[in-house]
Amino acid sequence: MSEYIIKNGHVFDPVQGIKGDKKDIAVKDGKIVDKVGSGAKVIDAKDKTVMAGALDIHAHVAGPKVNAGRWYRPEDKHFDSHKKPGITRIEGGKSIPTVFKTGYEYARMGFTFAMEAAMPPLYARHVHEEIHDTPIIDEGALPVFGNNWFVMEYLKNNEIENTAAYIAWILRQTKGYGIKCVNPGGTEAWAWGLNCLTIHDPVPYFDITPGEIVTGLMKANEYLGLPHSFHVHQNDLGNPGNYKTTLDTLKLAEGIKPKNTFGREQVLHSTHLQFHSYKGTNWGDFESASKEVMDYVNKQKNITIDTGNVTLDETTTMTADGPFEHHLHGLNHLKWFNVDVELETAAGIVPYIYDPNISVCAKQWCIGLELALFAKDPMRCFITTDHPNAGPFTRYPRVYAWLMSKKYRDERLNTFKNADKVIAGTHIGGMDKELSLYELACMTRAGPAKALGLGKDYGGLKAGMNADIAIYNINPDKFPSSGAEIEKAFSNVAYLFKDGKICVEGGKVVDMGKKHTFWVDAKVPENKQVMHDIREKFLRYYSVNENNYPVPESYAPHQHIITVDATKA
Amino acid sequence: MPKEITDVICPFCGTLCDDLIITVSDDNKTILGCKNACAIGAEKFNHQRLPGRVKRPRMRQADGSYKEVSYDEAIDWTAKMLVKSRKTLMYGWASTSCQAMSIGHEIAEKVGGIVDNCATVCHGSSLIAIEDVGVPSCTLGEIKNRADRVIFWGCNPAHAHPRHMSRYSIFPRGFFTVKGHKGRKIYCVDCRYTDTAKCADEFIQVQQGFDYELLNAFRTAARGEVLPDTVGGVPKEKIYEIVEDLKSARFGIIFFGMGLTHTMGRNHNIDIAINLTRDMNDFTKFAIMAMRGHWNVTGSGQVLGWQYGFPYAVDLSRRDQARHQTGETTSVDLLNRSEVEACFYIATDPGAHFPVDAMISSSRKPTVTIDPHINCTTEISDLHIPVAMVGVETGGCAYRMDNVPIETRKVVEPPEGMLTDEELLTKINQRVDELLKAGA
Amino acid sequence: MNTVTLTVKKQPELYLECENVNPDAFAGKKAADIAKLGAYQGKETSTLGDYFTIAGEAGATAADTKIVINGDCTKMKYIGAKMTAGEVVVNSACDMYTGSWMKGGKLTVNGDVHSFCGLAMAGGEFVINGNAGNYLGAAYRGDWRGMSGGVLRVKGNAGSDVASFMTGGEMIIGGDVDIHLGTHMEGGKIVLKGNANRRVGGQLVKGEIYVFGKINVMMPGYKPVGEKEMEVDGTKATFVDYIGDLGERHPKRKGETVYGHLYMKK
Repeated sequence: MSEYIIKNGHVFDPVQGIKGDKKDIAVKDGKIVDKVGSGAKVIDAKDKTVMAGALDIHAHVAGPKVNAGRWYRPEDKHFDSHKKPGITRIEGGKSIPTVFKTGYEYARMGFTFAMEAAMPPLYARHVHEEIHDTPIIDEGALPVFGNNWFVMEYLKNNEIENTAAYIAWILRQTKGYGIKCVNPGGTEAWAWGLNCLTIHDPVPYFDITPGEIVTGLMKANEYLGLPHSFHVHQNDLGNPGNYKTTLDTLKLAEGIKPKNTFGREQVLHSTHLQFHSYKGTNWGDFESASKEVMDYVNKQKNITIDTGNVTLDETTTMTADGPFEHHLHGLNHLKWFNVDVELETAAGIVPYIYDPNISVCAKQWCIGLELALFAKDPMRCFITTDHPNAGPFTRYPRVYAWLMSKKYRDERLNTFKNADKVIAGTHIGGMDKELSLYELACMTRAGPAKALGLGKDYGGLKAGMNADIAIYNINPDKFPSSGAEIEKAFSNVAYLFKDGKICVEGGKVVDMGKKHTFWVDAKVPENKQVMHDIREKFLRYYSVNENNYPVPESYAPHQHIITVDATKA
Repeated sequence: MPKEITDVICPFCGTLCDDLIITVSDDNKTILGCKNACAIGAEKFNHQRLPGRVKRPRMRQADGSYKEVSYDEAIDWTAKMLVKSRKTLMYGWASTSCQAMSIGHEIAEKVGGIVDNCATVCHGSSLIAIEDVGVPSCTLGEIKNRADRVIFWGCNPAHAHPRHMSRYSIFPRGFFTVKGHKGRKIYCVDCRYTDTAKCADEFIQVQQGFDYELLNAFRTAARGEVLPDTVGGVPKEKIYEIVEDLKSARFGIIFFGMGLTHTMGRNHNIDIAINLTRDMNDFTKFAIMAMRGHWNVTGSGQVLGWQYGFPYAVDLSRRDQARHQTGETTSVDLLNRSEVEACFYIATDPGAHFPVDAMISSSRKPTVTIDPHINCTTEISDLHIPVAMVGVETGGCAYRMDNVPIETRKVVEPPEGMLTDEELLTKINQRVDELLKAGA
Repeated sequence: MNTVTLTVKKQPELYLECENVNPDAFAGKKAADIAKLGAYQGKETSTLGDYFTIAGEAGATAADTKIVINGDCTKMKYIGAKMTAGEVVVNSACDMYTGSWMKGGKLTVNGDVHSFCGLAMAGGEFVINGNAGNYLGAAYRGDWRGMSGGVLRVKGNAGSDVASFMTGGEMIIGGDVDIHLGTHMEGGKIVLKGNANRRVGGQLVKGEIYVFGKINVMMPGYKPVGEKEMEVDGTKATFVDYIGDLGERHPKRKGETVYGHLYMKK
């Protein structure tokens, strides 16, 4: 295996507290090491920025709704399908890239890991087929539990152990990573055309509230000691005034302590918070509630968030929040794709154009940026676009540029059509803060890795950690003066190391490396009740047989399995 | 001792039943019996033991007869054909596994192929409609557990998806549907009284070719607007009555098939049915689903979707971009216009299903057909390569009509020395690489 | 205005993709450079010079460039596609995508065109002195944005799926159409001088369709509300005004529903 020495780069590593010092990084046999021999290949990182490979904690990149979004939008590939010279396959898709483009573009931007945000267990095989075909980057997937019949029945009776046993079973069947919860209860209500908009609205028939589902799943997560925390998309997404439901949901984490051996400190991860930070009563008096929300988040050490930044593009919304998509379709009348999934969840898809000439879209843009700039602890606030909902992940460099350059974001803010109204209803105009490279490293590497329970081996450049390294053409001593230059630098790495191998050089993919499928194998005490319930429901209610449910080994040729043992709980 | 293999998935139609029990001989070579399948599925498994199986590739001779050749010769001939042709139709895929399709796509990208699947003569119209207007849908288990209004419009599951009604759509007792068919009202809309209509509570006879107009009338009625006296042979009073009934449903579903996809307007018929479903969601819960025919045409659409972004008719002939336009990059159009230089058929029988003119055009081009059996297409091909039957002699992933993925199983060994699609395509891929490297 | 004249010297065996035959691609180039532009048949890349003799030189910009094409272009796709200015005259029938995604300038085809021509036209003038195939002036697959501007005039007949998802602009059809004219229309104006088979204005949200001839079967979602005397494309006549599609959603203005109109000449 190869040895490399990355010389003279400006290193930004929150794991070791290195804030731009010139330091050499040695790589051997896929790991970062203290030193290498004189035969090591020298990588000149002079005047460049060196960080660990980035981790995307929440993106919709693999699975049935992502693919439905792809094939029902031929226009998304129109004039956007191409093949770069070299070893790469044809790439296409502006808002929903094909799997090949997904892997390559993440790698070109310096990412080495992406978490598929929502996996419907019945369709897990599909998610893994796509993960298998996505080159270079490591991936995991979060199965959804917030509208699952087993979970709702167990939690109604406060049976945390049974809930945990079922979750462990699902993680094994689906090769899943953790507990995702989308619009708790509301998506089951949507199977009857209804919804749950607050944490108190009872789910039809199951008669449990979203608050009870959230609390129960958090407890189950800590019972199992999973590497990641409970990961939630709150009720009432996208509606003016929803920040109240957001705070109600976040408050449910108070008093719950993290229990795990991975260094994870949060018990709740609140995702794409931009969509949940709205004040007002209608689209006319719609305003930013980012301050109210971040005042709370900043105080609570056991919560992490990701932003969900709006990028002002034509994109595609897709979420397991089925009723929200139906509502959005009613607003913009664009083609609506919906799938309700028996016993488990649902998904909806609607194209959306975030038009800078529309005040609401401009305000959404502001809110996303405000969340990142209000965050006091960059290790608890991560940058995403809820790809592709608020914008394609290929726009991350532009989001970084807006956050790192007040001038760049003011240019955008002041040229909105109703700029004065937009500025009046938001905070961004008066915010001077510019993210530093160190803060960016926290928010895109060390922070997400820690929140995912991967902080021991990923997200940092300490000896012993995995050699996932991104080298950017940014000289911290001569930081780019224009947003466009920042964007360009973060769009194409000088080098990407994945598992100690150079996969991207000069923005060009040179090696596919070896991608891994990350999943969590949780051992629980034998639970005859849950096994019986599973047998029953498959016999009577599912449309497939229990023995045809699990994802076979062949779908994940390289597995990174994290084992947790909850039998000693 | 013969053994029983349970939870076997039937590789025939889009219903993708996964509860078959196959009895195989002790030496794993012969299928002795099949339980739970419908007549069609049973035949698919049981015919495995019939004699006369084609075991090796067959090359057409100048006098029209076929001579056996080795797999290596066949692979070489195929690779040369693909490398030489500037634009190759690579059609079929609907009866093979997703894993095989993936290898096929790699080849297509290298040689400049147009990858198209059986949707092109089947539910392609539905895919066009969904591309235009989306689709509110669900998994089949939701029908089983929730549906109290079921409409079969222009489809005949009694013939084409025999176990559909008992597994999902009419008879099952589900979580919220403990009364089974007694708690459901079944409608059947068709231009003729079919065997499915016999299972329905109400049959509506629509004048042939007037489904679009009738669906427009349903939508107009749902909005409380005026209607002409009859539409498509159905009196307006009946239209208003049905719409009121549908509005009172708890969960309604429309299943549709060739009656909409293949009559005047094609995709527009499905488009407006989808829009009716969409409209009904303003009143209650409604979904719509295409009765996909082949057991893995949906899978081909999925793999093409995640790899290139389109569900069928994917033109990779420029090798540096993927394009899609039904009417241009679809098989029948390419053949009718003589726009391809070679034909590569796999897991399908266009000779039996395509318009004659298209097949005459096809027969004039170098053609390779990959199929376990002799069929209409093999007899007008230059080369016929037999392979193992997927879902019987080799496994692989398949997608049901509601897009649920299920892994098919291998229950018996293929004939001695026979390749699977995956193995054959891998070897063709390797040979293509060799030829391209050598500057062919 | 500078003129470049292309004369067909060789026919493609399959169909030739001529995405480089438009004033924008030619602008600023002399004949020798134009001859080097790519032309494609599947995976084979040729040049325009392989298929055309090229005389003259282009103007500095598209607006200053006129292209005249002589010879048989029946098997050539994408002629004039995406043009933003200038002029193109084709003295032949053309294949698919002629004038598609046009934004400006003038395109004249003295012959028939195949299908998918004038897709999503946004501006300029496109005249077809012949018949057109299917999907004339329609949207690209899946796109809800069809023809939005400019004037598209076809002298003869057009096929089916004409003007799907139209949002603006004007289309005048001199002859007949088959089925599905103006499906999913959200704006714009269609004038049909001849007859239509069926399904005119199906699922129309907004827009105006003027039919001079007959429609074999009217959509049930259209109801007559009166008559109007109007001058349409130079003809004064009385039209029966049908509003619709009553099965479709419609925008509201000042509380009133704004329907689409199908005007049938009496």
